[in-house]
Formats: sequence, structure tokens, C-alpha cells
Amino acid sequence: MVIDTRVNLGGLEMSTPLATASGTFGYGTEYAGAVDYSCLGAITAKGVRLDPWPGNAMPRHVEVPGGLVNAIGLQGPGIDAFLAHHVDEYERLFPGGPKMIVNIWGGTVEEYAEVASRLEAAGRKSIAAIECNVSCPNVKAGGHTFGHDTAVLGRLVAGVRAATRLPLIVKLAPNVGSIAPFAQTCADNGADAISLINTIPAMAIDIEKRVPVLANKTGGLSGRGIHPAAVKLVYDAHRAVKLPVLAMGGVYEARDAVEFMLAGASAVALGSAIFSDPGVVRKVYDGMLEYCSRHGFSAVSDLTGALAD
Amino acid sequence: MFDETSTILAHEDIGGGYRHLVLRSPQVASAVAPGQFVHIKVPSLEQSALRRPFSVFNAEDGVVEVLYKTVGRGTAALGKSQVDDKVQVLGPLGRGFPLACRGKALLVGGGYGVAPLYFLARTLGAEKCILFVGGRTAGDLLALDRFAALGVDVRIATNDGSRGVQGFVTAPLDEEVNRLRAAGEEFEFFTCGPDGLLKAVADRALALGAPGWISADRHMICGVGACYACIQKTVRGNARCCIDGPVFSAKELVW
Repeated sequence: MVIDTRVNLGGLEMSTPLATASGTFGYGTEYAGAVDYSCLGAITAKGVRLDPWPGNAMPRHVEVPGGLVNAIGLQGPGIDAFLAHHVDEYERLFPGGPKMIVNIWGGTVEEYAEVASRLEAAGRKSIAAIECNVSCPNVKAGGHTFGHDTAVLGRLVAGVRAATRLPLIVKLAPNVGSIAPFAQTCADNGADAISLINTIPAMAIDIEKRVPVLANKTGGLSGRGIHPAAVKLVYDAHRAVKLPVLAMGGVYEARDAVEFMLAGASAVALGSAIFSDPGVVRKVYDGMLEYCSRHGFSAVSDLTGALAD
Repeated sequence: MFDETSTILAHEDIGGGYRHLVLRSPQVASAVAPGQFVHIKVPSLEQSALRRPFSVFNAEDGVVEVLYKTVGRGTAALGKSQVDDKVQVLGPLGRGFPLACRGKALLVGGGYGVAPLYFLARTLGAEKCILFVGGRTAGDLLALDRFAALGVDVRIATNDGSRGVQGFVTAPLDEEVNRLRAAGEEFEFFTCGPDGLLKAVADRALALGAPGWISADRHMICGVGACYACIQKTVRGNARCCIDGPVFSAKELVW
């Protein structure tokens, strides 16, 4: 059986249901040679803001049981260098390759809107969607505050929506009492999709030195251990709103990706798993097709929300 | 860059907490240059564990060699791997040493930091190189037989005086630098080891106006420049140790 692997994420046409999570895949070129790009429907570029940003002090990560805690702090070159160097390099290495979702952030609604507007105005053929980061736990001024108050979130989504016609995905924070009102706010203000989940706020302490391990003191937990929490949030969001969901959080095997799809995701992103094994992208892709064959699904998109109930 | 399924050909405990790992890894071996590193998936750790970076000690005839010290969970687990086990080896990674040198190449290593300097000495030619190697004690002096077999002139210092001169390796290094300067000879520094040693060598390179090539060591996540976890401060801002380095010019580094 030939399986139709195409999915539509709020207007973003993807040739496969797999993407990469922002912050784990650089600007799309770094894993050339190690990751099978033909299995990816999209890659997500690391957070872009107007101006260069240095990120946090070292150490920026620590391995913990079930994953890792990071506080990179959104280091980035700013939008001009992103367009001039990183997008150029991506289009040179992968002409006709996976589409690029650009993750964006800023300190104000106007900054987000300007980044979005300039991304669209650049008219680059690889740039196919915008992911609005309102949930980074590691930069005080950046994003986090927008993701924890529905009124503030609504203004932000509306502001970015007015600035671009590109498919607009909003990446929500997992650490809220209920995801439904945040998802609804995105829908009400013109977002095309939501992505779930960002890292979960976390901390590790060096008990010998009695100090936090990370220079930023706290960070965000990613990796295998967060997957069940992410599945629950995707499930809740899918039931609450009609917006398509890009699911991420602890996908290490095809069964994790299938689980996300059944919970309601339209597409699935891989993140920390690629750090351990760049070959995971191919394995998850093949395993999803095998699952579809075994269960009689002729299109991967039919998996979305297909719980037997 | 390859993610090569490699076979362990030898894996010896060489004393002092150090191990010598030999891998059949033909793709990586044919592409790697001195100062570059490999990112190894440790088989006995959980599937989701991060890889561990190791600089390449030697690469020839399809074989990659690594020298490492058991310092944490990853290296302790790697130590359990046995001959014929398969491991995933991602590489070659990073920016290595320059492969040309004006005048004498002064190689300065501490502990397992001598590993990339051996590969470099083989590439530059033994007659170009002098190795200055330091350790707390004689047990921290690695691969001296290999350097000797290459014909490299080796100068040794140990903190406890158990081998070579007693004290820091900078003493025999300064002696040679003074001799070369008096003779009007050119030289460059190449170093890998603990941060204190790196800084001591970088300071000398800057003070003397000689090129200094410093191999930094940071905890890494991806190893390929994607995650921005392994930052080295430079005059151009926060660089990534894994792809902008691990070898930096002394002039670039901010301590």
C-alpha cells in the first residue's frame, strides 16, 4: 500500500508529517550528511529576533534522567544576518528541500510584528511559515510573558497576524492551568496553528557545590521524559479548538509520533532525540508508514485524532 | 560528516583512569583531520542519552583511535564496551589545527590533551615538532611510546616530580622558547589540555606575537553547531566550541 504522507498544517503544505523543533536544529544546515532530510516536511529555524542576541552564560545545559535541561537563552544573529547568511546557506544546500518554519521572538508586540513582516517581505522561497515563540522559559524579556496571560497573548497574535499572510503557528507554554483558553485565544486572533509543547521549566542543583548547575539557574526540560505530558496537552488542545496542532516533546520512536497524531496532532516535530541519534528522523518516518500499513490508514493525515474512543 | 556504525577493535585500560579506544570507522578515518573530534553514542547508556565528544588521537587505514579519561557517567559507561561491540560515531566534527606551521611546532599537552597533538605531529612531521607534556604524576603522561616511535622530541614535567622535571610544563616550554628566540627561529604553539594550561600557552603566544592554536573543551549537546550549548567566548562574541572550534587562535579567545 502506498501511503499518502502529505499533511496540511494550517496552510503549510508538508510533504511528510515530520518537522524539527526550534532550537534543536540550528538554521537547518548543521545536520547535513547525518539526518535524512527527505523524511522531513519542514525544518524549524532557531528563534529569530530583530537584533543579535548573545544568549545566556555557560553552563547552558545539563543531562538529567529522561532528558536534558537547557538555558541557551535564544542566542541568535538577528534577522538581517539570518536572512543574509543562514537562509542563503539553507537554500544553497537544500534547494527544493524541506520548507522552513521560522521561529520568532521579541520584547514587544511591535518587535514580533516587524520580524514577521520582514520575513514575508524577504520573499525567500524556503520560508513557508512563522512560529511565534511565546513560551521560552529562559529569557525574561522574550516571549514567556506573552504565553501566560490570554489578554496579552491575544494582542500579540493579532499584531503578528496583521503583519504577515504566511501561515502563523503559535508555540504555547505547557505550564498553564488549562491549555484550552490559550489555544482558543490563538484561534480567535487569527493564528493558523499552534505548536505544543515548549520545554517545561526545570532546574538542577549541584549538591556538592550547593549551586544551580545552569548559569541561568533555571532552564527548560526536554527529552524522553516530557512526552506523556505533551501528549496530554496536545489531546486537550485538539479537543478545545479546531486549529491544527504541531506536536513536539520527547519523540524518540515512531510510536511516540503516532501517539501524538492519535491525540490530535496534524504534524510532529523531533527535537532532543536528534542530538542522541540523527538517524532517528528516518526511523520515525519509516515506523509511521509501517504503522499506517499495519492499521489500514492510506494517509498519514487520517491518523489525526483517530482515537478509537 | 558521517554517522558511522563502527566496530570496537581494541579497548584497553591504560592505567590512571585512562582508556585507549580503537574503532574500525573507515569513513570517519579517511575524512578526519588533526584537532577534529568525534561524537560517540555510548551503547550502554539509555537510548536518549546525549553523545560524548572525543578528540581524535589517530586515524589511519580505516581506524580511528581515541584516548579518554573516565570523568563521569558517559565515560564510565563507555568503559564497559568491549571488543566487537558496535558504536555510532558521528564525525569528523569541528575546526581542527592548521596543518602547516612556520618554524618549530611547540605542542603543549596535559593529560589526555596529548591525543590530538599526536595526530598533529604525524601530519606536520616529527622533525617539526617538540612535545611538552605535563601531568600531576607519571601516570598522567599518555602515549609517550607513540610519540617516541614517531621520533618526536619530548620534554616532560610532572607536579610531583615522578617523571621529567618537577613542576609545570611551562618551565621546559619557556626554556625552549627562550632558546628559539635567541637563535632567531620562528615557532608556533599548539595546545590541548586543562583550561589553566590553555590560558598559560595563549598568554605566551600573545605576549611573544607567535601564533597560538588552542583546542578548547566544553560539554556539548549536538556537536554540529545546531544547539548553541558549548559556548566559547571570543572577540567576535559567543562562538560555538563544536563548529567554530574546538581549535581557536589565541587572538580570538576571551578568557
